[in-house]
Amino acid sequence: MKGLLKFSGVTLNRGGRLLFEDLDLELGPGERLQVSGPNGSGKSSLIRLAAGLLRAESGSVERSPVALADDHVALDRELLLRRALGFWGGGVEQAMVALDIDHLAEIPVRLLSSGQVKRATLARVAASGAPVWLLDEPLNALDADGRKRLGALVERHLEGGGAVLAASHQQLGGEWRKLELGRRAAA
Amino acid sequence: MIADLIARDLRRGFTGAAWLPIAFFLLVATLIPFAIGPDARLLSRIGSGVLWIAALTAALLPIERLVEPDRADGVLDQLALHGLAEELVALAKIAAHWLTFAPLLIIAAIPASALLAMDGASLAQAGLALAIGTPGLAALAVAVAAVTAGLPRAGSLAGLLLLPLAVPLLIFGAANALLLEAAVSLLLTAGAPFVAGAALRAART
Repeated sequence: MKGLLKFSGVTLNRGGRLLFEDLDLELGPGERLQVSGPNGSGKSSLIRLAAGLLRAESGSVERSPVALADDHVALDRELLLRRALGFWGGGVEQAMVALDIDHLAEIPVRLLSSGQVKRATLARVAASGAPVWLLDEPLNALDADGRKRLGALVERHLEGGGAVLAASHQQLGGEWRKLELGRRAAA
Repeated sequence: MIADLIARDLRRGFTGAAWLPIAFFLLVATLIPFAIGPDARLLSRIGSGVLWIAALTAALLPIERLVEPDRADGVLDQLALHGLAEELVALAKIAAHWLTFAPLLIIAAIPASALLAMDGASLAQAGLALAIGTPGLAALAVAVAAVTAGLPRAGSLAGLLLLPLAVPLLIFGAANALLLEAAVSLLLTAGAPFVAGAALRAART
């Protein structure tokens, strides 16, 4: 089985503080990993490293194409949702249905609630077709129905040979491998 | 994707405040006769210099919305995930910014030249110099916007950075030395995407 995402001996310093050191992790097709830990323990930084948006102090990160959903909206607020999502390409219609935001397709992004916007950013990930999904606090602002739909999307993605790396201090639905950050960070 | 990005920035430019720098440009050109008096010979002699000063100050206005909103909103991150090099993103932004800024500015130079008692020939010369110099000015604006993105008081800082760097454009543009103007403009347009790209990478947190 070929790995989709692989950290080898990764060390990351931010603002003079060691977040993690010599970290190894590997995600293959059908695998999901939840990164947890207290605030400031480096969960988001790990996600951004995996996305290639940060560079590690030492060690290497190999990755297949990734899609990222974090707290940044990255959708043009004045556009209708369908067009705003469409800018990023992929199977937008299906993804909107899967997250139950297809009835909002003709509404400008700026009028959506924060939960609806969160669903839209998850829809962008689902539409991307990237094998690796990176979800930073995916449950923020999601209601119970949103969580259920996200869970179903993740299951389908894993069945299709994808992998998911999520950072959250909350309980995610389903069986997740766990990585706890922040134990050694105080040192 | 590059064409999509240019189209997006054009749409945002024109639905946003594309007319604002132009109004500012005309306002500066209007102030000059009030400041130095209605002497037509004096006005027409300094006309092209005034047009360039007005153009430079107008170029400062849109700087804060060229890069910072996309950085803060995560658009730049998503573009990177789509495999777009930061230099290409910067190039697309330069093209879009030039297209929203320069044609309107050159059109606005017509009423401005009337206020400055410039004749048709010197208006044509100034228009040509603006057409040659504005790509460099747009490139400089995007580079400075990228360097200052996310900093506190980025607007004032951007002015302090951009105006000195634009002096060669001003000198050769106002003196109507078109070949030298073209050389400076080309240099800025070629170099700015790399400066802006490096700045966008460095600004990532």
